[in-house]
Amino acid sequence: MNAGKEQVSIIRPPRGWELINLRELLEYRDLFYFLVWKDIKAMYAQTILGFGWAILQPLIQILIFTIIFGKVAKIPTDGIPYFLFATVAIIPWTYMSTSMSLSGLSLITGQNMLGKVYFPRLIYPVTPVLTKLVDFGISLLIIVAVMVYYQVAPTMQLLYLPLFILMMMCVPMMAGLWLSSLSIRFRDVRFAMQFVIRMLMYSAPIVYTASSIPETYRFFYSLNPIVGVIEGFRASLLGLPMPWEYIVPGLVVCIIGMVGGALYFKRMERVIVDVI
Amino acid sequence: MNGSKRDLAIRVEDIAKVYRLGVKDEMHDTFGKTVMSFLRKPLKNLKKYKSLYQFDDIDMDSSGGADRDDILWALRGVSFEVRQGEVVGIIGTNGAGKSTLLKILSRITPPSRGEIMIRGRVSSLLEVGTGFHPELTGRENVYLNGTILGMRKAEIDRKFDEIVEFSGVETFLDTPVKRYSSGMRVRLAFAVAAHLEPEILIVDEVLAVGDVAFQRKCMNKMQEVGSQGRTVLFVSHSMPAITRMCERVILLDRGQVAADGEPHQVVSEYIRGSRESAAEKRWEDLSAAPGGKVVRLRALRLKTEDQRTTDAFDIRRPIGVEIEIEVLEDGHVILPTFSVWNSEGINVCVAVDVDPAWRKRARPPGRYVCTGWIPGNFLAEGAFTLNTTLWLQEPVRNQEYHVTDVLAFHVIDSLEGDSARGDYVGDLPGVTRPLLKWETVYYEEGREVSRIGRAAI
Repeated sequence: MNAGKEQVSIIRPPRGWELINLRELLEYRDLFYFLVWKDIKAMYAQTILGFGWAILQPLIQILIFTIIFGKVAKIPTDGIPYFLFATVAIIPWTYMSTSMSLSGLSLITGQNMLGKVYFPRLIYPVTPVLTKLVDFGISLLIIVAVMVYYQVAPTMQLLYLPLFILMMMCVPMMAGLWLSSLSIRFRDVRFAMQFVIRMLMYSAPIVYTASSIPETYRFFYSLNPIVGVIEGFRASLLGLPMPWEYIVPGLVVCIIGMVGGALYFKRMERVIVDVI
Repeated sequence: MNGSKRDLAIRVEDIAKVYRLGVKDEMHDTFGKTVMSFLRKPLKNLKKYKSLYQFDDIDMDSSGGADRDDILWALRGVSFEVRQGEVVGIIGTNGAGKSTLLKILSRITPPSRGEIMIRGRVSSLLEVGTGFHPELTGRENVYLNGTILGMRKAEIDRKFDEIVEFSGVETFLDTPVKRYSSGMRVRLAFAVAAHLEPEILIVDEVLAVGDVAFQRKCMNKMQEVGSQGRTVLFVSHSMPAITRMCERVILLDRGQVAADGEPHQVVSEYIRGSRESAAEKRWEDLSAAPGGKVVRLRALRLKTEDQRTTDAFDIRRPIGVEIEIEVLEDGHVILPTFSVWNSEGINVCVAVDVDPAWRKRARPPGRYVCTGWIPGNFLAEGAFTLNTTLWLQEPVRNQEYHVTDVLAFHVIDSLEGDSARGDYVGDLPGVTRPLLKWETVYYEEGREVSRIGRAAI
């Protein structure tokens, strides 16, 4: 989208590594808006419950986990009621897992459009990350309701929540950039996605506490940014001391992974149409 | 007008594009080998898919060089310039590189070599309705499709009413597009695209959609875009559309520019080039010529009144179709016939030799040259192909020998005013274009004043 009349653009074979053109992305913000809105509308079209599903889906998962891990397996949660313990973790996890898989497959699902019209390819993996934020926003109501039920008063720690929401968005963004660029060549991504997500879930303190991980492995454990997000959500919502030792390593990994993913994506971008 | 660099809208310099063709999977003849290759496959696939986009082993600078069978040069060394406001047609057979060129120009895929300079905003309609979502309403799809094509929301707001009016689907604006007929969907999609107002518009075959009335609307819109001083690149297989709309035509052949210039010339060259000498076909070796033991076809030829062999005819002049046959056996009634087909694949007419001299009469052995004259002011303008059939009327069972798509020709409607189009310069559809006799009776206050008839056919 070159607005100026005298705008001159040059098309030549791409070489080497390129950075993301943020200005171009910004020029397409209206497209972002309509794509997000299309996804939301199409997702709940012809359903009876509509947005109710954004509440029902995580809620059912929380109930199942509470029964299996809380009541049957009786996993210790440092004294927090299991239902509350699971709720504050499953809501961000649901967001991360769904947007991660949609973002990773975005180029395959969009391949029809890829060959026919040009807009920055980065829009494909970014859109699901934004779309799912709407569902996430709605499902925050569950957290509010559960916190009211257990009479948990918000503390000053709550001010950290925006940071963890940002970090929570970075995780699927990072995964989406890497997976979507890999999926151009290797459709294996589509099959691997399912169990990778399942493995990731058990790699983070969603159904168990981080403190149950032996001290010696803590650093390696916390390199997984999902750990930081979940721990951060728990601490800021429930007013627990902020476990920075779990958060900082993941944050660093997240930033490095996103920059690397963006570079790799830009490199793969040029062959997308020829190979997909 | 010419030359000045400021006027350039597009400059394409030595563009090439290579694709690596899929490598064929090997077949194995034993179970053991099959199992082994299955186990080794992941590694091989990894190499294969990696090689798909790495061209380090190819010498990009050779504009030809050794052909390798795993490499496809979709374009090799294409260069041309387009000035602002020019309407340029791009033609060529399937696989000539037209679509690849458009894809590179609209940034969908990058070139492997070369450079393109583009001045101004580009919109490409490689396929209308890209990104239409069936669950969204017509109104929502206008916005979605518009932004996908590169418009801003404010821009769409401004043109919304115009778009809707052009599409003619006002009443269904708030109905999900999945309940639209396919025609309505296409109309809405084209309406959005037609209102993009880019400096450079790239169009690929969109006119193949919709009913005739809508197609005309689209053509007019494109002409309007061209007349507003905007640059249009137009790819089509419809030669009448190309010659009428474009002031210049580029012919691509196997990835290279084969011709570039005045539309009628380039189109004729294309029609000639794609068939060996489209105006004449001779069978030198009679025993291999179409036919049987009774009769063989010697030659087919297209000629003008003054016996000139050509494949481009003025719409006002007759077209002579010459069928030369060699009769080998006495005692048979032989009817040469031909049929004319237009570029849309419609059989315009069939002509049977009705020369009274040989009607119902057996032809003695020898050479016959039979000419059927297609009158002037009969065929519409455009590209046509000719099929010939030799028909043997036998007492027991008729025999036929067919020759298809051997001759091709082109009918050109000039704008001199004495053809059936009169002074109308726009698009005229129709399979034939006869010059009719027209009469007018003029009444002034109920009293007949004059009776004016135009010269009859």
